[in-house]
Amino acid sequence: MILRRVVVTGTGIVSACGLNTDDFWKSLVDCRSGIGPFSSVDADLIRFKNGAEIKHFDPTFSIEKSDLDLMDRFTQLAVVAAKEAVKQSGIEFNEENAYRTAVILGTSMGGVGTQEQSYIDLYQEKKTRVHPLSIPKTMLNAASSNVSMQMGIKGPVYTISTACASSNHAIGNAFWLIRNGICDQAISGGSETPFTYTFLKAWEAIRVVAPDTCRPFSKTRQGMILGEGAGMLVLESLEHATKRGAIILGEIIGFGMTSDASHITKPDQKGAERAMNFALEDAHLSPEKIGYINAHGTGTLINDTMEVAAIKSIFQEHANHLPISSTKSLHGHALGATSSFEAIATIMALKNGILPPTANFEEIDAGCEIDIIPNKSREKHIHYALSNAFAFGGLNAVLAFKKWEE
Amino acid sequence: MSEIIFDKIAAVISAKKGVSRELIKFESTFEELGLDSLDAVELIADLEDEFNVTIPNIELQNIKSVKQAVNGLEKAMQ
Repeated sequence: MILRRVVVTGTGIVSACGLNTDDFWKSLVDCRSGIGPFSSVDADLIRFKNGAEIKHFDPTFSIEKSDLDLMDRFTQLAVVAAKEAVKQSGIEFNEENAYRTAVILGTSMGGVGTQEQSYIDLYQEKKTRVHPLSIPKTMLNAASSNVSMQMGIKGPVYTISTACASSNHAIGNAFWLIRNGICDQAISGGSETPFTYTFLKAWEAIRVVAPDTCRPFSKTRQGMILGEGAGMLVLESLEHATKRGAIILGEIIGFGMTSDASHITKPDQKGAERAMNFALEDAHLSPEKIGYINAHGTGTLINDTMEVAAIKSIFQEHANHLPISSTKSLHGHALGATSSFEAIATIMALKNGILPPTANFEEIDAGCEIDIIPNKSREKHIHYALSNAFAFGGLNAVLAFKKWEE
Repeated sequence: MSEIIFDKIAAVISAKKGVSRELIKFESTFEELGLDSLDAVELIADLEDEFNVTIPNIELQNIKSVKQAVNGLEKAMQ
């Protein structure tokens, strides 16, 4: 079977770092963090006070009012980001291409805001019924289905839920569907809205959220900072993109995934290593070709040392010359959406020859000694990059990207 | 107070991990008792409920033995 090349022709994003790709990228390049005090949940009731929360999101410029009522916030974000990506790509969906197009999205929890409202109605307000659309707004596939409905896309449409690796798994699946000739084009990415009282309480209880900010690889790091948003890519076969004269932003060339099969929250270095190795093998790349890694880099004690050790094990001497960064220090950890943000950051880094920084850095921790692009973006033209995602549940997904060159 | 806290910790660990009560000593490390980092988070959450205190994340990260848990609880109760 001839494997087709897969290119990216559109990106869309709604995040605390910007409500579109241009603003998001500028925020990363300028090391301007979207992290700050959250306001949609009463912070007096939560031990941590900061998050990467989207301010001033108005979906009415993109979604009809009658449709908005059918959507939880996680779906609204997904639809707005998908429309931006599709607009940039210039693709028009019709009866001819609708069945050859996929929508594959990631989310870890789906419509938690809608679900929480049901609990408030029943347990607090003592109502005897909940909103009739509680199920279709909460379900994890609500975002995928609504993107499909808004665009008229009729091919493979599904949601992948693998916690913090959801978007990488989704994009990897879309990449393989196109590479193998099953689809010609796809919308893929993820969305997440963690800012609800019960969900923040659950994160508080598991003790991985920092009380201050996200400082990946720093000795002073105290955990992650939650973020919200949606990131979307338009993928298509190179042949398809070229035929319609599309502007190509980047290329996806490899995907690797593994399961640690060891612990529900503690990552296993071997699982991370194998996932990176599989992505390199899938891309037919030797490790020394990689010029940048967008790290999983949560800012938790355990992840960051594990990830750096895994990178050193795979890249050996090349690790001494390999810049990596955690952009979660800027856009927060958007859980099921986070690797869609990081895929966009990686594509933009390759395209623009600028590597985004690790923000909030103070002093390197023992075990994290590697070039983490501290606090300032760096001009550097690279040709190949990886983007890592290592989820709770021990699920790892790594994407390999290539700078688009004729 | 240390004795009361110790007894509670030993009871929780014994019930949760099936470790014989006599084997749980003041000096025992969580690793020796078969507790991983997630078990430690659960243990501390139980103790926080029991004694109505809050132990900050940064201190919880350093609690890796029964003795450290007792000391952490005592500090939080002051």
